[in-house]
Amino acid sequence: MKSKKLWLITVLLVMLVSCFINVAGAATTLNALYMKQAGYSETDIENITAKFEAKYPGIDVNLIFVPYDALHDKIVTAAATKSRAYDVALIDCIWTPEFARAGFLLDVTKKMAAVNTNDIFEGVLSSVAYGGKYYGMPWLNDTKYLFYNKNILAKAGYKTPPATWDELIQQAKAIKEKGLVEHPIVWSWAQAEAAICDYTALVAGFGGEILDEKGNPCFHQGAGLEVLKFMVKTIKEGLTNPSSKEFLEEDVRRVFSQGEAAFAMNWAYMYNLANDPAESAIAGDAEIAVVPGSKKAVSGSVNGGMGLAVVNSSRNPDLAWEYIQFMAGKEVQIEYSANALPIYISAYDDPRVSGDQPTLASVSEKQYKYVVNRPQVTWYPQLSEILQVEIQKALIGIKSPEDALNTAAEAAKKLKEKNK
Amino acid sequence: MPILRRNRKIFTEVFKYIFAFIILIGTLAPFLWLIISSISPEKELLAKPLQWIPSRHTFQRYVSIFTESENNKAAYVFRQAMGNSIKVALSVVVISLISGTIAAYSFARLKFRFKNKIIMVFLFTYMIPPVAIIIALFTILNELNLIDTLLGLTILYSSFTTPFVVWIMKGYMQSIPGDLEDAARIDGCSRLKALTRVILPLALPGLIATGILVFLLSWEEFFYALIFTSSVQAKTISVAISEFSGRHAVDYGMIATGGVLATLPPVILTLFFQRYIISGLTAGGVKG
Amino acid sequence: MRRPLSEENFAFILITPAVIIIFSIVLYPILKTLYMSFFNIDLTNPFSRPFVGLGNYLEILCGPTFWNAMVRTVYFAVVSISMEFILGISIALLLNEDFYGRWLLRSLIIIPWAIPTIVNGSLWRWIFNPQYGALNALLTQIGLIDSYQSWLGSPFLALNMVIVADVWKMTPLVVIMILAGLQTIPHELYESAGVDGANVLKRFFHITLPMLKPTILIVLILRTMETFKVFDIIYIMTSGGPANGTQLITYYTYREAFSYLQLSKGATLAFLISLTILGLSIIYVKALGTKTEY
Repeated sequence: MKSKKLWLITVLLVMLVSCFINVAGAATTLNALYMKQAGYSETDIENITAKFEAKYPGIDVNLIFVPYDALHDKIVTAAATKSRAYDVALIDCIWTPEFARAGFLLDVTKKMAAVNTNDIFEGVLSSVAYGGKYYGMPWLNDTKYLFYNKNILAKAGYKTPPATWDELIQQAKAIKEKGLVEHPIVWSWAQAEAAICDYTALVAGFGGEILDEKGNPCFHQGAGLEVLKFMVKTIKEGLTNPSSKEFLEEDVRRVFSQGEAAFAMNWAYMYNLANDPAESAIAGDAEIAVVPGSKKAVSGSVNGGMGLAVVNSSRNPDLAWEYIQFMAGKEVQIEYSANALPIYISAYDDPRVSGDQPTLASVSEKQYKYVVNRPQVTWYPQLSEILQVEIQKALIGIKSPEDALNTAAEAAKKLKEKNK
Repeated sequence: MPILRRNRKIFTEVFKYIFAFIILIGTLAPFLWLIISSISPEKELLAKPLQWIPSRHTFQRYVSIFTESENNKAAYVFRQAMGNSIKVALSVVVISLISGTIAAYSFARLKFRFKNKIIMVFLFTYMIPPVAIIIALFTILNELNLIDTLLGLTILYSSFTTPFVVWIMKGYMQSIPGDLEDAARIDGCSRLKALTRVILPLALPGLIATGILVFLLSWEEFFYALIFTSSVQAKTISVAISEFSGRHAVDYGMIATGGVLATLPPVILTLFFQRYIISGLTAGGVKG
Repeated sequence: MRRPLSEENFAFILITPAVIIIFSIVLYPILKTLYMSFFNIDLTNPFSRPFVGLGNYLEILCGPTFWNAMVRTVYFAVVSISMEFILGISIALLLNEDFYGRWLLRSLIIIPWAIPTIVNGSLWRWIFNPQYGALNALLTQIGLIDSYQSWLGSPFLALNMVIVADVWKMTPLVVIMILAGLQTIPHELYESAGVDGANVLKRFFHITLPMLKPTILIVLILRTMETFKVFDIIYIMTSGGPANGTQLITYYTYREAFSYLQLSKGATLAFLISLTILGLSIIYVKALGTKTEY
């Protein structure tokens, strides 16, 4: 009896003691939270970090890589509990307003004065800005592009990719009629952020906006409605792969890489993978182009930029900023441009950037001029889900595009009121 | 009449085997597909029409998981995570079985105040969905410096498997005839001796069965591990598998390979103890 | 000589480790969550967290989102639990009979249950893939459908497909528990019934089922708790889509707490869920009329 009790107490004591051993080991360590498959490979990030550690002896950077889906949840848990679990975190542009308002991120506006922001593309710079302040350093530059299978286009008699969505529809119709592929276009319209990325790009390309300057919803009329009608129509006419409504980016890549689509919207990462024979059946035929526009807009795509931010509870904010500056340094970005294109405008003059992938670099440079943000409001996550659900209802055919977007606009207005 | 009865008997026999065959297919087909996916080259998985038997098979994914060094991150992480999961699951089994069983004994056999209230509160903790209390839990584990540690996960898992053990083992204890214990007590055994010498040996099958249930609960747990672990030293197998599917790369072949490997320990364990599970839950099932 | 321990003290000593393990970690979070449910804590508005009393409960109970999610959850629970019981009891009855290869089937039946949920979700998502999935390939190759279907593409169908995945994994648990229950039924009961000339169905409904009642109750409570808390498989297979068709109550809680940072709403939902489970468990016990306590 006694011995059992003693034994239990011992176990509990050992547990307690081992907690404190962890504390004792803490030196000047920075914990940096990254996303897996984030343009730069994990090896790239490790190598750059190793250089930083070599330059600043005594500083140990602990790298943590998590999937994109887990990134938001991990930042929220750690920041909401002020846990100091991370000093540096990679943040997606859509989280900046929400995190900034919640006080999760350090306001780095003053520190940004030392950075030549004129040399950074506006889109990616806005990823870390909210309410006239900066909450991080831009780091990853990404946007959606139009991908096309040049072999299929050539067979249908087209030498150049479409410049407007109308042209794209024409080409898609011709491709479908010739029986080259059953469903010429593939999108990521699942109930997920991916759907809003495509929708935002389309709305910009049709010359409209999701929220007006005052933050009121305006997607339910004009371009926003036109776009949803366009989306539904392409499904009805069999031009869009009907499975698009359950697809994410990776499904789009698979379908496109199998040669089962002539057009696809996706992030820059697909370019290399779709041309890699190990991953793709159409290696060499996958081409990238500026996203089409309309009479009202030359082109429109969505900002997918990500930034590195200092978590507010960090014990070493200055050091963390130092590290972020190193990771986002121009030289570093040029050297590692094979996996992620630089955020600096002047970097594109460097032969090392365009040298590896001339097409991607030149198309990107053009596309970055036509990049818009998803609404930068603190209630964006809710707005996004409302739109996802209502857009899906229209795509599935439960609701008309008008009804769906009106419902969404009503809900968005209420949200805005609530978050005043 | 005898002919009719014989026909009926043959009919039942045939029906039995047909039913058994259907169950066999239904149970195994999806799992076989998982195995086939893990040894098919990526391109054949995407072929149309789908080839059920891959024309060439590759064990490359298994080889890479078991042999590749730190350079191949995903494989290395997976291997470590497997070890972590085994450590956590076994510790949880030991902790929650010991504490849960002795508590179950007192709930089943002894009279004391607040008995039913305490057990209700125990069970209620198991009814709360983890996603809602996870932020508050994080605060506690953070204060104790247990974030991203195997110890933290072990304590966390034990806290929700223990009520489960208490509940199942209590039913089991109630089914063990009381006279055995009374006899031992009359022979001069102390309460503790009666518990360890008489009750526990009789409860062994139930303990094993419950142990396997608990092992599986902690082995497959996903969301706590996702939020509470980040480093290779603490990640569990569910988290490692989820990392094969990122936004910019879903490696279905690796998910399948990881899936097959993650299934092996519980399957081996259940097959090894199968006999006990069925007889072990028998008694537990009777009196609830 | 030492005085022997009183029964009550002995009992308290025995439950102490369990109490420490359970409460040291979860008691504070549960109380904190309960506390949060009476305030309006919105992390995106960190400087105002007013006390609202039962306001959150009223707001949630009066809004459509909760009830939509609840109806889906109840559908999920009812359909998957009944399928698991119908399949589970029939398979258990079979495995209780004598036939060649019984030991093999008894062993193999456990496999789906041993597959971690995250793998199970990915596996079925891949099987249901509209473009490359095994289900479409199989059904077209045997001629049941002419063109590939989008299994997770419409709300109600997707919910049912998730149920299929869940039933496949969880039926073995029911089989094992019921099989264990079957073995406790004394043979004499059947023998006397056999003499009376009772047929198979009668035997099942008059002897087997009543004798299985305690086991069924345990499994029912266990599965109810799990289906109302179901989260991982939704997170992996559908993320609540399409058009919120698979947004079950726990996934909704996750969205409120994590994606929208509405901690109080999440907390309120958590308590509504656990109270629902508790209520159902009490109803089961009353309805099945056994003397089982929890």
